[in-house]
Amino acid sequence: MSHSDEITAVLKEHPQARRDSLIPILQQIQDRTGFISPQAVQMVSDELSLPTSKIYGVATFYNQFRFQPLGKFHVQVCRGTACHVKGSAAVLDMLIRELNIKPDETTRDGLFSLEIVACIGACGLAPVISVNGEFHGGVTPDNIKKILDSYRAQAQKDQSQNDAQEDKAK
Amino acid sequence: MIKIEVNNQSIEAKKGETILTALKRAGIKVPTLCHMENLAPTGACRMCVVQVEGRPGLIPSCAYPVENGMKIQTHSNRVLRARKTIVELLLADHPDDCLYCVRNGNCELQRLAEEFQVQQRRYTGKKCDYKVDMSSPAIVRDPAKCILCGRCVRMCEEVQGVSCIDFVGRGSKTIVGTAFDQGLNVSSCVNCGQCIKVCPTGALSEKSQVKQVLAALRDPEKIVVVQHAPSVSVTLAEEFGMKPGVDICGIMVSALRRMGFDKVFDTAFTADLTIMEEASELVHRIQTGGKLPMMTSCSPGWVNFVEKFYPDLIDNISSCKSPQQMMGAVIKSYFAQREGIDPTNIYSVSIMPCTAKKFEAQRPEMNNKNVFDVDAVLTTRELARMIRSHGLDINSLSSDLADSPFGQRSSAGKLFGATGGVMEAALRTAYHLLTGEELKDLTLKPLRGLKGVKHMQVSIAGLDLKVAVVSGLGNARKLLEEIRSGRENLHFIEVMTCPGGCIDGGGQPLGTDLQAVRKRMQALYKIDRDDHLQCSHHNKEVQRLYEEFLGEPLSEKSHHLLHTHYTQRKVSVNRN
Repeated sequence: MSHSDEITAVLKEHPQARRDSLIPILQQIQDRTGFISPQAVQMVSDELSLPTSKIYGVATFYNQFRFQPLGKFHVQVCRGTACHVKGSAAVLDMLIRELNIKPDETTRDGLFSLEIVACIGACGLAPVISVNGEFHGGVTPDNIKKILDSYRAQAQKDQSQNDAQEDKAK
Repeated sequence: MIKIEVNNQSIEAKKGETILTALKRAGIKVPTLCHMENLAPTGACRMCVVQVEGRPGLIPSCAYPVENGMKIQTHSNRVLRARKTIVELLLADHPDDCLYCVRNGNCELQRLAEEFQVQQRRYTGKKCDYKVDMSSPAIVRDPAKCILCGRCVRMCEEVQGVSCIDFVGRGSKTIVGTAFDQGLNVSSCVNCGQCIKVCPTGALSEKSQVKQVLAALRDPEKIVVVQHAPSVSVTLAEEFGMKPGVDICGIMVSALRRMGFDKVFDTAFTADLTIMEEASELVHRIQTGGKLPMMTSCSPGWVNFVEKFYPDLIDNISSCKSPQQMMGAVIKSYFAQREGIDPTNIYSVSIMPCTAKKFEAQRPEMNNKNVFDVDAVLTTRELARMIRSHGLDINSLSSDLADSPFGQRSSAGKLFGATGGVMEAALRTAYHLLTGEELKDLTLKPLRGLKGVKHMQVSIAGLDLKVAVVSGLGNARKLLEEIRSGRENLHFIEVMTCPGGCIDGGGQPLGTDLQAVRKRMQALYKIDRDDHLQCSHHNKEVQRLYEEFLGEPLSEKSHHLLHTHYTQRKVSVNRN
């Protein structure tokens, strides 16, 4: 399903929608496509007769909306109280530096996206990060690179497997 | 009428009005930042707080209705401290570069800081760092100077119906921006500049072209010609401390000469020319079953609005260029030929009440083999700055006349500066074109005044011509929706982008209220009343231009030089 088909599908679920449906529509679009694209904002604007600036204004008001597609590996950094006490700020700083993106952004190669989350209920492992739902406890700025490298290696492996399969198919 | 007590004095108030309105009428000044005349209060900035006896907290006077017997303190210590703190907090995240700011000396935040004697930095914090948006040919946006009062957002949405900007983000990270924070040039902005008019600080300003004009004036090779729009002469005086509604046309002309412009032309001349073409076009459309209602094309913000929001109605817009662009075109053709000057050596400047004119001048259609009709557009404010920097004293300059061959104008052309003026001028000439006679009463009362929408029906040669006059794009939007859904009883519609017309355009002096706009309008009506040349078709220089050069209205040459076309613009807008 193409990106615009996904959005059309969401809009179809809201016949005769008005401005009060804006947030549920945006949530569903994000659920299906992973983010709110300029195209999505334009299509919602046409459907609801709302200015694009207004939709963008509403969407940026809430932390839950993101405007870049998720990376292959979605990194969530817990900034809850326990993790904070155990030094999650330094972990986040390191991630920002290592990935060269800010929270809610995606690296240019599409590999990693970064998100700050409140407590993810693993305080015993603090400070904790989660990558595609996989928890890493007791992270330190020093072992961040190692964790990221393991995913980079995995991505490379997947890629070469894909390439091999494609070659076979040919 | 009810009685309230303010600062221990009894004043009268009307039931249902806000405290602020009552205070204003009684001459008690309470500072405001987010408040906008004629719009619902938001109570966001808290600058207007007052102390009301029996109420625990301070009350925002802009949003609170008066009650009988209310006891109010507007300048108690507690109130003053609260207001001062607000200013200090705003300054904590505001650049300290007043001396380098376009609004230096004319900034509401600066004035408040002075009023409250803010002479110490009580709050220091991280200042936000933002990029200046220079992408638009007309408007510069500097979010660092924005204090988030929201006036531009409301002007754009509630008055103009464009909604190009809104609050983006939340809390201390909030900014005013476009969708996806893109440049204004790719947004739905129509460059009307009304946001600049309501901005209290230097966060919004026109893109200045003074530098380029000064460079051209210094260039010995260039013949620098200038035209001034009809409304500028009745507003410029305010920039020099005079009261609104004073016409200083002659003084402005001599100031322009003193600054070194080689020729000074009057845009009202090409307003007359526009009328000749536009009235002929209207008659032609009516007689040949062309697309109706025809809509005026003088206001570039409006043209842009249709191109972006109502592309299905593009064919309804008159193909006539605006007076600014017509003047540009005849300067670089007829005038250049007559004087034996190479058009590439002419630098053509226009003084406009408008920021959208800056956009219009650089439209690719307004360019003949890489020679632009108009090279630079200055707003009334930029002209005033130029006059000041040349050390010219407005009070001691003598009056001067504009230059031939584009110096004569009818007072109809002058009326272009106010809402309804184009229509009035066009009807005077259309009547003449259709009947060969003159309208008995040239003053068309129903088309005058500051009302946003005006209607009139004129009987000409057996035809009941129905016309509408609209100012403010929000009003225009409503009318266009009616037309889209099938309203068919109109022949001709005049639309001006800015409420009230060019006299309150986006390039006019700042800090004016409705009263001032009314005075400006009266000044134009007075010019019309006192003039004996009241019809565009009687303008001798226009007649000569047709005889010597253009032939007749809608001739091939006219079409080539004075008419244009429009294109749908795909931007991220709400099309419904």
